[in-house]
Amino acid sequence: MVVSSRAVMAKRAVESTANGTAVLAERILFILVAVLVPYCLHVVFRIVPTEGKMGVVQRIFYFHVPSAFAGFLGVGLCALFSALYLWTRDRRLDLLAHASAEIGVLFFTIVLLTGPIWARPVWGVWWTGEVRLTSTLVLWLLYMGYLILRRSAESPDQAARFCAVLGIVGALDVPIIYYSVEWWRGLHPRVLKISGGQGLDPAMGKALALCSVTFLLFFLLLLLLRVRLGRLQDDVEALTLDAGRRAPRAETA
Amino acid sequence: MTYLRAVLLVAGKDLRVELRSREQLVTLLFFALLVLVVFNFAFDFTVIDFVTLGPGVLWVAFIFSGVLAIGRSFQIEREQDRIQGILLSPIDRSAFYLGKVAATVLFMAVVEILIVPVAVVMFNFRFSGRILLAILALLLNTVGFAAVGTLFAAMTTSTRRSELLLPLLLFPAAVPVALAAVKTTSHVLAGRPFAAYGHWLQMSAAYDVIFLAAAVLLFDYVLED
Repeated sequence: MVVSSRAVMAKRAVESTANGTAVLAERILFILVAVLVPYCLHVVFRIVPTEGKMGVVQRIFYFHVPSAFAGFLGVGLCALFSALYLWTRDRRLDLLAHASAEIGVLFFTIVLLTGPIWARPVWGVWWTGEVRLTSTLVLWLLYMGYLILRRSAESPDQAARFCAVLGIVGALDVPIIYYSVEWWRGLHPRVLKISGGQGLDPAMGKALALCSVTFLLFFLLLLLLRVRLGRLQDDVEALTLDAGRRAPRAETA
Repeated sequence: MTYLRAVLLVAGKDLRVELRSREQLVTLLFFALLVLVVFNFAFDFTVIDFVTLGPGVLWVAFIFSGVLAIGRSFQIEREQDRIQGILLSPIDRSAFYLGKVAATVLFMAVVEILIVPVAVVMFNFRFSGRILLAILALLLNTVGFAAVGTLFAAMTTSTRRSELLLPLLLFPAAVPVALAAVKTTSHVLAGRPFAAYGHWLQMSAAYDVIFLAAAVLLFDYVLED
């Protein structure tokens, strides 16, 4: 038991420099997010003017759209880290890919929850077959599959390889899914375009930019935390395996 | 040429197994037929026009039976570790993948060829579109479905939740194929001009190329153990 924990400590010592940077980045991000989130709430609820037609519910837009950005960032980073993992076989890259996918799913869940809350008063329905709703739902299902695949694998190595393959294939599929759903719905009238541009108050644009930056920083903070958690899980598993191997010997002795 | 030969050998092996046992095709056919029967109960086709719902009904049948075919295709390799033999043989792993895709496409095509006339009779439909384009749409989308499905099946069959996991991963990933297939088929059946659905055929072709290429590149990593 002592030896094995020493082995883990030695491993830790080798990686300590990299870890020190990660922990420092984690702290800085935490402080930034802790300051920015309340500030975003202040801006969104007290400074930005209320949208004329939709009313107060339009303010959900400042959380909905940045969540979508963060979700897509997760999908993109997952594919990037997956490809790098298959190339280098560095366990840390696998943890990064997994964390990206998991946090991406989290943000897409927020997108899919805030969307209907906004749609109910504005469109009069919770859910429609609208393009972005449908394709985002498909995307969410695809990456839920990724997370389930990871939990179903026989070994960490298998989980890493399979998920890396799925992460790459999934990212290739995302644009095709969006195009196909858009063409599929092409004949139907678009209920409303959410994308900004025309008629967006400058204060609204600024608030959206602020919230987007905040959400991206929040994404990075969660990513670092999740990777650290993954490494701790690895350590626990290694120690448990080691203890298991030692226990029978102790009995015979 | 040896690469192509390896692909054909793998596909030929699957066909020979099927010709001798005649298990899979019969099951697939009955399953697809059952799906049609269920839809026959679910919708009243004397009221609803077949062109509106027919392509969707057909493709649900093809996709459901296709998932069974793809899952089975790797299940038989995992049984008694037959896959070890394949891995030990001096062929490229991507050739093994392409051979599997070819065999699956063939099985799905047989089911499609036999089920379409049944559906036409069952739902009283008079076919008047351009049959070659309909066949091209069937083929392109079947290849795309089998390409992604075979890659995923190679992974899911070696996990703990093999049967459940394959449709879970494959259905969302194959949404473009399903949409393209349904849209193209319904346009062709309705006798619309090619310009109305040409882009769907292009998308199906692009999907095939992208995922066959990606799978050929990635398949080595899937079959490492």
